[in-house]
Amino acid sequence: MKHRIIVFLALATPLALGDEFSQKDLERWRAEFNTVMEKGEKLFHSTLGSNQVSCDQCHPNGANTHPETYPKFQKQLGKVATLREMINWCLQNPLEGKPLPLDSDEMIALEAYITWERRGVPLAPGKH
Amino acid sequence: MSIDRRTFLKHLGAASAAATLPFSLVEVAWGLGSKPAEHESFTFAYISDSHLTHIKGTRFTSNFDRGLRKAVMEVNLLDPKPDFVIYGGDLAQLGKREELDHGLELLSGLRPPLKWVIGEHDFYLDMGEYWQDKISPLYYSFDHKGVHFVVLNSILTHEAWINQWTTPMERMLNMARLDNPRGSPFMVGERQLRWLREDLAKYDDSIPIVILSHSPLYKIFKPWNFWTDDAEKVQKLLRRFSRVTVLHGHVHQVLYNQIGNITFYAMMATAWPWPYPVSYVQKPNQVPKLTVFMNRADPFHSRDGTGWDILDMDSGAITNHYQLWLNENRTVAFDFKLKHPVDLKFQNPDKRIPPQLHY
Ligand code: HEC
Ligand SMILES: [Fe+2]
Ligand SMILES: [Fe+2]
Repeated sequence: MKHRIIVFLALATPLALGDEFSQKDLERWRAEFNTVMEKGEKLFHSTLGSNQVSCDQCHPNGANTHPETYPKFQKQLGKVATLREMINWCLQNPLEGKPLPLDSDEMIALEAYITWERRGVPLAPGKH
Repeated sequence: MSIDRRTFLKHLGAASAAATLPFSLVEVAWGLGSKPAEHESFTFAYISDSHLTHIKGTRFTSNFDRGLRKAVMEVNLLDPKPDFVIYGGDLAQLGKREELDHGLELLSGLRPPLKWVIGEHDFYLDMGEYWQDKISPLYYSFDHKGVHFVVLNSILTHEAWINQWTTPMERMLNMARLDNPRGSPFMVGERQLRWLREDLAKYDDSIPIVILSHSPLYKIFKPWNFWTDDAEKVQKLLRRFSRVTVLHGHVHQVLYNQIGNITFYAMMATAWPWPYPVSYVQKPNQVPKLTVFMNRADPFHSRDGTGWDILDMDSGAITNHYQLWLNENRTVAFDFKLKHPVDLKFQNPDKRIPPQLHY
């Protein structure tokens, strides 16, 4: 019964096809990304830890964070690590702060900013 | 031998502070076609960019304190003693009195006399007032063993930029942020240029000149202020002299260059290393092709990529011994045949090693 109704509705509105998106959708999605990326830029330039140090002090414009090389083997961690684990490494050590949950809004924002500053660089997973 | 000195430095624990660092001026004979000395040879040391950061009360960021403490301890172990030590600027992170006072306290342990260069992090909170009152004039010159030294304040900027902020701390924070799109380029300014012209007028073309500035007196990368806007005007005043060397801080990395008659050396920072501008792909840069980059730092060792410099002055040229903690030391010397500085081990492209690749 349920199935029939869905089929019927789909036939009645033939313009609402699958996942087709418009220029307006693209603009909205870009704006959503920019909001998160700009939040990441702010966090990256803030004293997130306990010692008044911020990420940009050592990584101006996110330089030397090399997001395109992840995942890669980090000998000090003894395993193939993700970018987010290295973000947490720097947060805990140079910034003497607490690690962020890997799926937190802040972590995603930091990743968005770091990756945006590196746009256009070819992916190079595993590279040192 | 320098190898012994390096090995010694590497294995130096805090406990062995009573020892001395075997060091001899004989080492300056590198066989690079050096001319007979026109002045008495001597050695001096250079410590820079400690960025001491006040947290609260008696607390300072310990990572950056450790860098300066280590440099002071090692300079004190040099034997024979360096004639003097240059402090290259950015002693403080946000120009606070707490930070400058803390720096003076840590540097008070240094045995040789100090000469001071101001950095933007020391300046933009109170526009150099405390520095001039308690530490040093902002620009001045002195003679040492037949060499003329000139200290410049190269981190000045436009009045309009300086006056646009609501508080001194807002101004300081905006200058402290290296990648600030609202930043402003460094400059020496007309008043100091006039002073420099008059200061140099007293000297013959043959006297070796050493200029001490915080920012590089040439143009490398404007977005991070690896840059002095009126650098060419300074270079022009120096053109008539046969031997000129500029020593600068600010860039926190091994960097050297030759422009006409002028040799440029960047000094190590004790606080943290910076990426080379080639590592930021969104904007073009003019990083000198001559420089063999330092090793990429290991974030798992906080002193990696930091250090200080021993400088030998002989025949009007400087040999720069980069003291790189947790890394093999590097020596860059002026080659009188090639007429530019060369790294004594890595200059040849075949000799480069993987960590020197920055991207
Ligand atoms: C005191 C200096 C310092 C601070 C502050 C700092 N880092 Fe780092 N970080 C380093 C150094 C040095 C490296 C190694 C750079 C290299 O590999 O070339 C590094 C490496 C990294 C890497 C891995 C880069 C690679 O090549 O694999 C990431 C990601 C990173 N940092 C992110 C951050 C973030 C995010 C922050 C702020 C929470 C931060 N860092 C703060 C010094 C610092
Ligand atoms: Fe600095
Ligand atoms: Fe600086």
